[in-house]
Amino acid sequence: MYSTRYHKPATIDDALAALGAGDEAKVLAGGQTLLATMKQHLAAPSDLVDIRAIDGMSGVTVQDNILTIGAATTHAEVATNADVRQHCGALGQLAGGIGDPAVRHQGTIGGSIANNDPAADYPAAMLALGATIITNSREIAADAFFQGLFTTALDENEIITAIRIPCPAKAAYAKFNQPASRFALVGVFVAKTDMGARVAVTGAGEDGVFRHAALEAALSADWSESAAAKVAISADGLMSDIHASAAYRANLIGVMAKRAVAAS
Amino acid sequence: MKSEKAAKRREVREDQMTNVTMTVNGKSVSRNVPDETLLSEFLREELRLTGTHVGCDTSQCGACTVHVNGKSVKSCTTLAVALDGAEVTTIEGVANGELHPMQVAFNDNHGLQCGFCTPGMIMAGIDMVNRYKASGQELTADAIRHELEGNICRCTGYHNIVKSIQDAAAKM
Repeated sequence: MYSTRYHKPATIDDALAALGAGDEAKVLAGGQTLLATMKQHLAAPSDLVDIRAIDGMSGVTVQDNILTIGAATTHAEVATNADVRQHCGALGQLAGGIGDPAVRHQGTIGGSIANNDPAADYPAAMLALGATIITNSREIAADAFFQGLFTTALDENEIITAIRIPCPAKAAYAKFNQPASRFALVGVFVAKTDMGARVAVTGAGEDGVFRHAALEAALSADWSESAAAKVAISADGLMSDIHASAAYRANLIGVMAKRAVAAS
Repeated sequence: MKSEKAAKRREVREDQMTNVTMTVNGKSVSRNVPDETLLSEFLREELRLTGTHVGCDTSQCGACTVHVNGKSVKSCTTLAVALDGAEVTTIEGVANGELHPMQVAFNDNHGLQCGFCTPGMIMAGIDMVNRYKASGQELTADAIRHELEGNICRCTGYHNIVKSIQDAAAKM
């Protein structure tokens, strides 16, 4: 790993100052992707700004049926949190299926969302649940946040501080693991919300996570497995790689959507 | 005694070094180390605690698993300087006068062959038993296999590892 300079600010202002001062500073949260990337020499940040010691950066609160989750809350904390379990069990189940136990003890929800890996789990939940990403300077709707492979609406040196999630009437996540990496080969998050049915797909799109309009229309009209099963899933715009062809992924989207609705 | 590699890493700029103090296996230790030092390097090269193994060095295999503040983490994907004030437990710290029940169980159930993955398996095993006991869930054989997703063994086929953890869970 190339040398770097580590900072552990106690406030957002200090974090922003450290990010601004470095030539190529990066925010560090759980580090489960960033440190691995640095070890492979695919990233060489001049400075790492660890946001985990900033007050209020982690933890879950619930008010008026809205969950607010601090950006540095770990996957293990989300998976076992009583409020998450009660109000949005699908999100807890998703968090409990990321990586492995040791990774879940460190990886964070904010880090996963900011990285926007095309096979990550959380982006699908954010899109399907209609979440709002809260940063140090503004609030961004999930629909506007995810902008393609590893690309988000975040400005340079903007820090995610929390995620706000309206609790759905029903929701579930079904994931077909890529067996070696445990990332989603295809993951489908379905949610029955005040805005109708919302369906987001991860692991499959050439441009990363996306909402599936045809599945949403079918499930808004009839929230059932059979309604999901009748939707023809196109392979257009889906990834093809050594793990699966676009056609295979298209089929998996249908299968995962049915499983998710059945589990909701 | 410091290894050559650790001495080499000390040749970096002073402003990229941090003084870190943590408790490792009950003892307070302080070192001034380069900021990019991984916990696995800190333990093995600075403290000479070589029981923590580095297998894949890509956070897949779990041989480097240790406990930080009571939770399992992969020490190859953790920065040492981020752990100022933390409590770290390694395989060298789990026996308390006599072997830990998890160590005894791996011995009794032939839960290892070459032994390379065993420190990580033991640390992951203790962590999962503690978590399941704290939440009142039953740690079934299926649950153990699921919990071991991040720990790879290339000898045993896992069967005796699962038996070892089940055996230890009954005694912890």
